[in-house]
Amino acid sequence: MVNVRDLPERELLYGHKACPGCAAGTVARLILKVTGERTFLAYPASCLSTVTSIYPQMAFAVPSFTAPFAATGAVLSGMAAAVKAKKMQDVTVLGIAGDGGTADIGLQAVSGAVERGDRILYVCYDNEAYMNTGIQRSSLTPYGAATTTSPAGKAGGAIGEKKFKKNLFEIMVAHRIPYCATASVANIADLLGKVAKAKDTDGPSFLHIHAPCPTGWGFAAERTMEIARLAVESGLWFLAEYQDGRVTLNYRPKEFIPVREYLKTQKRFRHLGPAEWNVIEEQRDREWAVISGRWEPAGREKA
Amino acid sequence: MTTLSKDLAASRQFISANDAVSYGVRLCRPEVIAAYPITPQTTVVEKLSEFVANQEMDCQYVNVESEHSAMAACLGAALMGCRTFTASSSQGLLYMCEMLHYVSGSRLPIVMMNANRTVAAPWNIYGDHRDSIAMRDAGWLQLYVESAQEALDTVIQAYKVAENHQVMTPVMVCLDGFVLTHTYEVVKVPSQAEVDRFLPPYAPTENRLDLAAPKSCCISVSPEWQTEYRYKQHAAMQAAKKIIGDVDAAFGAQFGRRYGGLLEEYRCEDAEYVLLMMGTIAGTARLVVDKLREGGVKAGLVKIRSFRPFPREEIVRLAQGVKGIGIVDRDISFGYEGALGTEVKGAVQGAAPAINFIAGLSGRDVTKDNIEAMYRKVIDLARGQAEEEIQFVGLRWEQW
Repeated sequence: MVNVRDLPERELLYGHKACPGCAAGTVARLILKVTGERTFLAYPASCLSTVTSIYPQMAFAVPSFTAPFAATGAVLSGMAAAVKAKKMQDVTVLGIAGDGGTADIGLQAVSGAVERGDRILYVCYDNEAYMNTGIQRSSLTPYGAATTTSPAGKAGGAIGEKKFKKNLFEIMVAHRIPYCATASVANIADLLGKVAKAKDTDGPSFLHIHAPCPTGWGFAAERTMEIARLAVESGLWFLAEYQDGRVTLNYRPKEFIPVREYLKTQKRFRHLGPAEWNVIEEQRDREWAVISGRWEPAGREKA
Repeated sequence: MTTLSKDLAASRQFISANDAVSYGVRLCRPEVIAAYPITPQTTVVEKLSEFVANQEMDCQYVNVESEHSAMAACLGAALMGCRTFTASSSQGLLYMCEMLHYVSGSRLPIVMMNANRTVAAPWNIYGDHRDSIAMRDAGWLQLYVESAQEALDTVIQAYKVAENHQVMTPVMVCLDGFVLTHTYEVVKVPSQAEVDRFLPPYAPTENRLDLAAPKSCCISVSPEWQTEYRYKQHAAMQAAKKIIGDVDAAFGAQFGRRYGGLLEEYRCEDAEYVLLMMGTIAGTARLVVDKLREGGVKAGLVKIRSFRPFPREEIVRLAQGVKGIGIVDRDISFGYEGALGTEVKGAVQGAAPAINFIAGLSGRDVTKDNIEAMYRKVIDLARGQAEEEIQFVGLRWEQW
């Protein structure tokens, strides 16, 4: 666990140009509070690069690099090799990438880096679409979400994104990665604790963080935390970690709130009605049945 | 600098050009190698991984899952101030294309070997220059070599050029696939001590990731500044022209072998008919020049060693007093002509009549007879006979 009172006051991400209410900015700032000044950072083309690194201004106070979109994992491997070659001690090699840069174009490179066992900390902030280029769907866009490449359409026939969100956490678990976890920007204590564990992991670690986007999802800037929390409480996002070969569910709501209470907060879902809400609820229940079957023995102890 | 128990002593070895590259790389003491296998490059990276496994090199060897990642990992390590190496070929080089621009724009002195092989389709694993020529504008220096010895020596020179603070630009050392990469020759392998004397440890500039002086590298640059970045890349490449020559001369002074810097002239002093080419074809063409000279024809050849930066001034000088020029390309830019043809013709600006020969595509043999026929055609052209400006050598459907 990390005690927020022990976090350094110094900001290592400061003065960025992200939209008001951007969860990605908050996530990056908090992570750097834990990894500290001895961090080498790489981030691909993403909202994060666009709002932090425009010549001649830099918003990161740690050495940082805008990595090629497809290659964050491989750049981190090279940095980790350099840490060994230069015999550097007590440093964190950190990558922060979006859902597209991780689960789509960057998946091969991050898989390679994890499989190699390089000591890196890879963070995927998941705002569920390519926000930087103007809200196009990714493989982590949820069912029913309207994006500019999965539009809801005018005739009422389209429902937005037609496929369910890929389970990136389980892909990482399948690598038998030393440490990986999901987290939410709404649960900061849980998030910080997981960053600390990842930082101390002697090998690759991976965090998948749900990060609502006011601009892309269509909600007011002050509702970011509330909406992130609704995702967890409705069972559309889950908090889990994988360590020592087993998954732990960190939190299971006693009873899920109806998904419509989450969906109705956002413009990207406003074309959906009871029929689609049911599809989403059924899919949620199926996913949780799978999750429960695989992981629950450990999770129930905590619930 | 670590002294390993197995530091190389000077020796003469009967090895392939790929092995010669591996020995050259080993002698340069890279700190990180990241590589992905592809024919005909593979034996280079196999040999290097063997050196590392035998603790004959003090180096982090990173097995990556693609060529794109190979160059990305080299980029990550070079950003942290490491000397790095990778090797590729053909489809692999094309797959890395994005990364090549990234590395040159980031001004990192990565050295890579490319085993020249054609690109699909149709599928073919044999040699021509279409892979590296397609990377002409990626901002890398491109050096083409003719022999295993030149390959080894050029790898060592490449680091010295790339890491020069006026250059700080990556270098691609190009070897013709199979014809060179898999041909065995007696190669003089210099001692580790000698190479250490020639090539000191890499001293990066402040353009690197450094905990003591945090910077954002590869930062986004607006239209307001991008031109200045590009100008500096161009200026560095232009500066490299002199440095390639200086490094080759210094290498010659220490090791007794030199290669002419940007280009090598063979019997060009009073030559009237000159063929220009890159890579191994020059080896065959020398014999043809000797034969033609015996028959009283004033033939000469120019082996372009550095395609980027391009030795324009040297070629302009050489073209003076020449009656005819032939440019041999192991590539073709569809819809125009061979890449070397374009460059040479652009440089000499009609000072001498020229034919662009497209030869040796996808491993097609280029024989002494082929080359002699090229000279004959250049002579015919110089004497006023009509000749096609672009000719595919050995084409089944024409008079070759």
